Amino acid sequence: MTRKGLLFILLALLVGLVAVIPAAAQDEFVFGMILVGARNDQGWNQAHYEGGEYVIEKLAEAGVTARMIVFENLNPVVNPQATVQDVAASMADEGAQLIFTTSDEFEPATLEAAAQLPDVTFIHTSGSAALETTPADLFPDLFEATERVAPPANYGNLMGEMEHGKAIAGCAAALSTKTGSIGYLGPLINAETRRFVSAAYLGARYCYEKYAGGDPAALKFEVIWIGFWIPTPDTLDPQQVTNTFFDNGADVVISGIDPQDALIVAGQRREQGDDVFAIPYDYEGACDTAPDACLGIPYFHWGPKYLEIAQAVLGDGYVQDWEWTSPDWSDINNPDTTAVGWRNGPALSEGAATNLQAFIDEMIAYQTDPANEGSFFLWEGPLNYQDGTVLAAEGEKVDPLKVWFLPLLLEGIVGDSTLE
Amino acid sequence: MKRTATNLFFLALPLLLGVIVVAILIVLVVPPNTTLGDVLQAFWNGAFRNLRRFSGVLVFWIPLTLVGIGLVITFRAGLWNIGVEGQMTLGGLFAAGLAFMLGEGSPLVIIPLCIFGAMLGGALWASVAAFLKVRFGVSEIFSGVALNAIANQITLQLIAGPWKPGDSDKAQYSRPVPDAARLLGVSQDFNVSVVGLVVTIVAVVLVLLVLARTRWGLNLKAVGKNPRSALLLGVPTTITAFSALMVCGALAGIAGSQRILFTYGDVRGQFAGGIGFLGLLVVLLISARGVWVPLIAFLFAIMLNGGTQLQFLNLDSSLTGVLQGALVLAVLLANGLRDRLRKPKQAKG
Repeated sequence: MTRKGLLFILLALLVGLVAVIPAAAQDEFVFGMILVGARNDQGWNQAHYEGGEYVIEKLAEAGVTARMIVFENLNPVVNPQATVQDVAASMADEGAQLIFTTSDEFEPATLEAAAQLPDVTFIHTSGSAALETTPADLFPDLFEATERVAPPANYGNLMGEMEHGKAIAGCAAALSTKTGSIGYLGPLINAETRRFVSAAYLGARYCYEKYAGGDPAALKFEVIWIGFWIPTPDTLDPQQVTNTFFDNGADVVISGIDPQDALIVAGQRREQGDDVFAIPYDYEGACDTAPDACLGIPYFHWGPKYLEIAQAVLGDGYVQDWEWTSPDWSDINNPDTTAVGWRNGPALSEGAATNLQAFIDEMIAYQTDPANEGSFFLWEGPLNYQDGTVLAAEGEKVDPLKVWFLPLLLEGIVGDSTLE
Repeated sequence: MKRTATNLFFLALPLLLGVIVVAILIVLVVPPNTTLGDVLQAFWNGAFRNLRRFSGVLVFWIPLTLVGIGLVITFRAGLWNIGVEGQMTLGGLFAAGLAFMLGEGSPLVIIPLCIFGAMLGGALWASVAAFLKVRFGVSEIFSGVALNAIANQITLQLIAGPWKPGDSDKAQYSRPVPDAARLLGVSQDFNVSVVGLVVTIVAVVLVLLVLARTRWGLNLKAVGKNPRSALLLGVPTTITAFSALMVCGALAGIAGSQRILFTYGDVRGQFAGGIGFLGLLVVLLISARGVWVPLIAFLFAIMLNGGTQLQFLNLDSSLTGVLQGALVLAVLLANGLRDRLRKPKQAKG
């Protein structure tokens, strides 16, 4: 009797809940944003979140009311009950016409969700399912050839050419190191992270020789991988890894993970009197975390491309694409046109800033020279992989898609190229 | 009549206190332009808006119930099986390993084999903690924590090595489990595995029957209440404790296989997702009374899935976890209060 009574009360509560459901607004453009970490991480996730806010702001200027629905921390540790497919379906129920899934590991689930929800456009950042070339096409000896399955038409990929930003970061590190030792705080090992570490190394090696007058062979450049984009119970502690770098003689740590642990530690160490620096990643405002320790920030501006895609969805419809977007070489910090940028940090010395600007000017001159179309600055032979095999012979320019699917780290970098 | 009202009050007290605490928390964190109604609606939408949302609740309910009912057994034997998360993990890995090994074939053969493998994997992992406990007196709490960490590292090594996707070297997940081993949902809208549902219901019924009707169930109770006295009365305490952990491990293993063969379709880091720890909360909440496990696991699944939608209101994603923790604390507090209030009466009676 008593339990029945209790059940009756619960049922009444549930019925009451149904009664409060209001009608959804019909005249707004709704888009979803699925993040692997926190929207305020001062890193990768915040950059995407603010890209979404940019879309709302710009569409409002054009007279379109837009609403972004966000799901953050979609990972098994924080949200074990949720999958990309479930969250995407919930967003579609809320009226989302466009959904950005913003982490590498979301790709297979995004493809499934796109197949299940053909009326919703899905943009997966950093993936390559919409690219017709596969790793096996470029590196048949290293990857199994598998039959490529074409993604659903409502699916596309987007990424920024952060290789340039990382090269600038590597240069800033090389111009600031006094010990000749640079650490790279890596997330997990895959082609994306390998090419970023390698790009940073190329920038460091170039500037260490050309602008700092050092011997590039003497420059120590080491990567330690923590195991994931964000710290989890499975990963190494990024703050501990950063401290290890500093304890072992590195005085600059470049971050490749989503949050800004490297910069936090560098800031703490500077307060204790250590002459160390860090270079965070992803988010334009990241230096604010510890300005005195920040040499600069290579960052993404997702807003302009997100806006373009949203306008396509609102207009004639999105046409499937794999986009790897370069910086706006006329102004790499233009918030309305660039996909990737760089800002000097307060800790960068005046002399280093002058040399860094010269390096950036060199990069811009190279990338805007029609003779160099289809190649990246510094990605020119002789370049070897870490195991000594040749990536590019003397004078040979590396095909950017080989950079995209880079199978091993470059020679000169200390650290694992693969997890095996 | 008065007695009925008193009983109802004491039964509802923990729940009421929990609801009040949760309501206060929500009111404190709700953004200015959001009403309490919006929050309740979001909860409702997350769990019951349509069949697909409700199937999300059931999908989470399956592993949580399996783990919860397994933990009832170990709690009955007085064991804190913290290693249940690792047992889930090993169960999932065994299921995946068998699936990869067997490849394509008849699902009617492969799926039962994978589930059996999962039981074996979970039970074997639990047997490590059990062996350390009965042979060396190592607390199952400490060994469980260590075994959980080792299970996660094994997962990562398998993803990076033998199970990595063939056409790339993604370090986040393995290649997909072969189709023949995949548990399929009823439909795209009602995306729940019937096999998972049936196995869970059967497991709950069997455990309840075994605990209530068998000598083993009685032995568990005796060992849990007072192992020394139980030993003196001739109860095989070592075997009882060992078997309790292994049976719990086997059930957790099935839960792990559900995460691999249904939820994700591949192996990824932390795929157990803390469900083992959540199972501990469920069992704590009901003082290890097995009959309540399905209902409380269902309420937890509602809360988590409903909470998914809270983010759409720009509420912090950690809120669901906070609400869950607050609810458990409030209920435990109310349980303590209830016991304290009732004691003097019982003494008089």
